[in-house]
Amino acid sequence: MKTLRHLLLVAALLLALPAVASAQLYQQPGPNAPTSKDQVELYNPAQDQIVGRVSIPDSKLGVLVQPEGREWREFRTFWLRIVAGVLIVGAIAALALFYLVRGTIRIDHGRSGRTVPRFGWIDRFAHWTTATSFIVLALTGLAVTFGRPLLIPLFGHQAFSTLAEGSKLIHNFFSLPFVIGVLLMLVLWIRDNIPERADLVWLKSMGGLLSKSGEHPECGRFNAGQKGIFWAVILGGGALAVTGFMLMTPFAFTGISGMQILHVVHAVLAGLMIAIILAHIYIGSIGMEGAFDAMGRGEVDENWAKDHHRRWYEQQLKNARANDARRVDPRAAE
Amino acid sequence: MARMKFLCDAERCIECNACVTACKNEHEVPWGINRRRVVTLNDGNPGERSISMACMHCNDPPCAAVCPVDCFYQTAEGVVLHSKELCIGCGYCFYACPFGAPQFPQATNYGGRGKMDKCTFCAGGPEPDGTPEEFQKYGKNRLAEGKLPLCAEMCSTRALMAGDGDVLADIYKERSVRRGYGSGAWGWATAYGRDDRGGALAPGRTGTAGS
Repeated sequence: MKTLRHLLLVAALLLALPAVASAQLYQQPGPNAPTSKDQVELYNPAQDQIVGRVSIPDSKLGVLVQPEGREWREFRTFWLRIVAGVLIVGAIAALALFYLVRGTIRIDHGRSGRTVPRFGWIDRFAHWTTATSFIVLALTGLAVTFGRPLLIPLFGHQAFSTLAEGSKLIHNFFSLPFVIGVLLMLVLWIRDNIPERADLVWLKSMGGLLSKSGEHPECGRFNAGQKGIFWAVILGGGALAVTGFMLMTPFAFTGISGMQILHVVHAVLAGLMIAIILAHIYIGSIGMEGAFDAMGRGEVDENWAKDHHRRWYEQQLKNARANDARRVDPRAAE
Repeated sequence: MARMKFLCDAERCIECNACVTACKNEHEVPWGINRRRVVTLNDGNPGERSISMACMHCNDPPCAAVCPVDCFYQTAEGVVLHSKELCIGCGYCFYACPFGAPQFPQATNYGGRGKMDKCTFCAGGPEPDGTPEEFQKYGKNRLAEGKLPLCAEMCSTRALMAGDGDVLADIYKERSVRRGYGSGAWGWATAYGRDDRGGALAPGRTGTAGS
């Protein structure tokens, strides 16, 4: 008897189930059902990301609508050009103004004619590998970013397309020497780029840059400004490399929304790095007498070294005297 | 002139994937490229719906706006097409597209993605209509032959419709009134907004300027 009652209960439940299910699956025309065509809502108001399931192997296509693309579009077609444009044009304008006001920073007592070795071949190899790659990466990146409004009117679509495709390939491949250069510089120079107390003094007087009197705060092999460049290149360049490689391998690390963010980070950092490197190029060339020799010939003028890196210079002198006076003594070059 | 659109009636779609198969077969689309796919929402739950989705041929196409080489154009019927001659395969259109329409033949080969491929509304590309070159790059040009996209023509439940947007909307509204319900034209709000015409890239204007 008890078993029968249970069976009946189960049967009743089973009978009721389709009714419940159909009520959920098929919306019965209710009080809100449209009675005329005008009442039919054609535009689905859903604005959020809609994700479902696809039966094809490419499961990432399960995203039906991704509205974040709109924000990325705003960035790509408007904000990126504003941000990068202001950074780069601003840096050039600021440097030009500075040059007009301050002019080339001269060596206080002129060149002595005697030189001190500053950067060996491996230092210079690391620097110029990074520098060449960075310039190539910057130019090709700018071509893809600004080419459509600036270069297409000049070359036409077909020629610019060839240029852009080449730029894309070169941009991807030059990332390798860039990373090798950055890693090499990290290993070679990190010891001399640890921040210290003297850097604060240097920063307070802006490295004597603003003083016409030519007062240079004392510093070691690298001053606070050079340390800043070093860390900007290591951290900024490293971040550029990481985001760049992640963008190069779509869907290996992240989906579409991740790649949109990566692109924003990569592009803004690139604009910032170009501005910083422009300043670096300025001070290493026309901005300061004798500075280019360090990375050019690898040897700097003794008076330049005394002006800008007195502590390093004295250390070098001491080392040279202690070790092999004949070979490394800067006076021997006379 | 007609403004060509797709409309997928989610209350009718049974996820048979015939549209996907028809598209692949008609255009001889390479492996791994899906110009159209069927997405099922709330899979296995009450309120489950399937929607066949491809390029929606937007009024103001984000792909065209972000393209660094300006390779997109829109026909007089509102169909968004692109030139594979100009495309550099950068993938920007894929970041910007709300519908995941742009496809790339190689996804992971050191940034080499190949030329972008997407639904053409069976309208080919910039090459002369019906030529082998056009077929090889973009697939059949059915519109030039006076035919509508095959995915919609194949649809057994008439869930997926293609053609003049105003006519499609009218059919859909009539259906909804008879049924008493409907979940709307999926993707239309995103693709066409409230405004059916206009936007930065008006139908008939080739290429975009400025943006």
